[in-house]
Amino acid sequence: MSSQTATIERVEKQDRELTYRQAIGEALAQEMARNPKIFIMGEDVRIFYGGGPFAVTQKERFLDKFGPERIRDTPISESAFIGAGVMAAVAGFHPVTELMFSDFFGVCMDQIANQGAKLRYMFGGQSKVPLTIRIAYGAGMSFGATHSQTLYSIFAHIPGIKVVAPSTPYDAKGLLTAALREENIVAFFEHKALYGTKGGIVPEEQYVIPLGKGDVKRAGKDATVVATGKMVHLALQAADQLEKDGISVEVIDPRSLVPLDKATILQSVKRTTRLVIVDEDHSRCGFSAEVAAIAADEAFGMLDAPIKRVTTYDVPLPYAKHLEEAVLPSVQRVTDAVRQTLPS
Amino acid sequence: MISLETIDIPREKLLDMYRRMQLIRRFEYTVKDLFARAVIIGALHLYAGEEAVAVGAISNLRPNDYVMSTHRGHGHLIARGADVNGMMAELYGKEDGLCKGKGGSMHMADMKLHVFAQPIVAGGMPLAVGAALASKMSRTDGVALAFFGDGASNQGSTHESMNLASIWKLPVVFICENNQYAESTAASYAVAGGSVAKRGMSYSIPSEAVDGMDVLAVYKAVSKAVGRARSGEGPSLLECITYRYEGHEEGDPWETYRTKQEVEEWKKRDPITNFGQYLVKTKIANEKDLESIRTDVEKAISNAISYAEKSPLTDMKEATKDVFTDSYN
Repeated sequence: MSSQTATIERVEKQDRELTYRQAIGEALAQEMARNPKIFIMGEDVRIFYGGGPFAVTQKERFLDKFGPERIRDTPISESAFIGAGVMAAVAGFHPVTELMFSDFFGVCMDQIANQGAKLRYMFGGQSKVPLTIRIAYGAGMSFGATHSQTLYSIFAHIPGIKVVAPSTPYDAKGLLTAALREENIVAFFEHKALYGTKGGIVPEEQYVIPLGKGDVKRAGKDATVVATGKMVHLALQAADQLEKDGISVEVIDPRSLVPLDKATILQSVKRTTRLVIVDEDHSRCGFSAEVAAIAADEAFGMLDAPIKRVTTYDVPLPYAKHLEEAVLPSVQRVTDAVRQTLPS
Repeated sequence: MISLETIDIPREKLLDMYRRMQLIRRFEYTVKDLFARAVIIGALHLYAGEEAVAVGAISNLRPNDYVMSTHRGHGHLIARGADVNGMMAELYGKEDGLCKGKGGSMHMADMKLHVFAQPIVAGGMPLAVGAALASKMSRTDGVALAFFGDGASNQGSTHESMNLASIWKLPVVFICENNQYAESTAASYAVAGGSVAKRGMSYSIPSEAVDGMDVLAVYKAVSKAVGRARSGEGPSLLECITYRYEGHEEGDPWETYRTKQEVEEWKKRDPITNFGQYLVKTKIANEKDLESIRTDVEKAISNAISYAEKSPLTDMKEATKDVFTDSYN
């Protein structure tokens, strides 16, 4: 747990440039006010760090407003409370359960992958599971091997789970609002290193960004870079650098892995004829492999270069800063990869 | 059998309980035969021998209550009133199956009746807690029954669930069906302390061991536990001592981990035979009444088979439906 997450940020009226953390909190609070069936269950969600392990569910805005019945601190029993969330969803509620670190999937994946994801299908469509699981993920804070992973590919691999990973405060608010209106289980991945970041105005009124709709974060014509979460920012920095050399890069953020906006990716690839995927997950059997396979399958004839991937190396995340940086994607690795796809 | 004088159950209900126990038994031995002839495929875990637990427990419930069942789930569904036609068609993989043939024996559900099976050992425990939480937050007096085995008593999620249900005082009744074996592993070997019921103490959950071969004893104990749950007093734990007559699953070499003699000893305490004799002895029913129930049960079973045989195979398009509520998969 990082002390830097302890700061409670307050939203000034004029300043609608919210942080990622504030945008997520706002989406939750607004939708909870609109829908009495939504309640929050997780570890330390009431008062720790001002409310929530990453200060998203601030006390004044959540516990004080909605009360302890809808803001539920749980014991450290992810299997029990996420499973309880699955069934409370089947029984008509919309629980929001928190998985403090995506690395903790191992202690509750039965309830997510075997129960939540499958009940509807295996019962022949008899039930709905409107459950949102908020999951903090990602590296860059020296939390080491078991608190730094990007494990959304594991969730995306299981049929029956929608998987979302926003990169900006604006997207985070609109996508979480969409998730909270879903009738399906949604794993909502929040990058720990993005919580304190700003970027663009976030409207105060509610809005929905439909799941499965990618966003072109930067238009370009020479190469397509598909990136998610924090990697979008890395890709944008790389695009800035490459622009100085006259290379125009298009950056696409799919925003949700499931459903995946294949059309936006493929249209871009068909235009630029070059594809680089930047993914903080490991490369082996990861999301980057999925995007590469789709492009190879559906845009093969349009590609003028091999598809390149920039991912976290297939090793556990090390603790020491310089070692952690060494295994994670970097701006340099992205620019190198883009250059490799271009004629020399 | 415990004395009926200590509990108040109307005659019609007693006869219905007898009918349900018979229906479970006949259903199980019918599907055993169909499985042997490969009419039914996959994995099949039979409930024969344990009928007193499902029927004794579930006879206490109201429509808004929930039942979380296990891989050995046919008995719980029948006790809850699920349609045996739909159940049989499900095992045949047909369109009129309860789950359109997509669940099979281990994932059978009738959500209108708030009952379903899921076969991950102890996987249903957190779900029962969730059903109970939903009842409590909805201010209904609904309760959840969580059936689990002696094997599941050693799973982490069982203990997480009991702890959570206790601190939140949720209306859930944990019902352990201690049938003496987790697959081939004896409870006497695998359950530390030798008692599942004793474990409830650690969570401040009122607990009791019950004769799981006596439908009235189970009924009475569950009635008390359900009453506690409905009045907001929180969870209970009952360990029903019972026995499964068949293997863990059809085709398992059960002679390797238990003796024929042991099985025969337990069969002398058969829950259905004993209950029938008790009903006659107490003049609640005569032999003719019971015979007529058994005839009805036979008819229901043969109807279920012809229903399943006649039902069309589920449309191939169904294979990719129901992943989500929308068409994405």
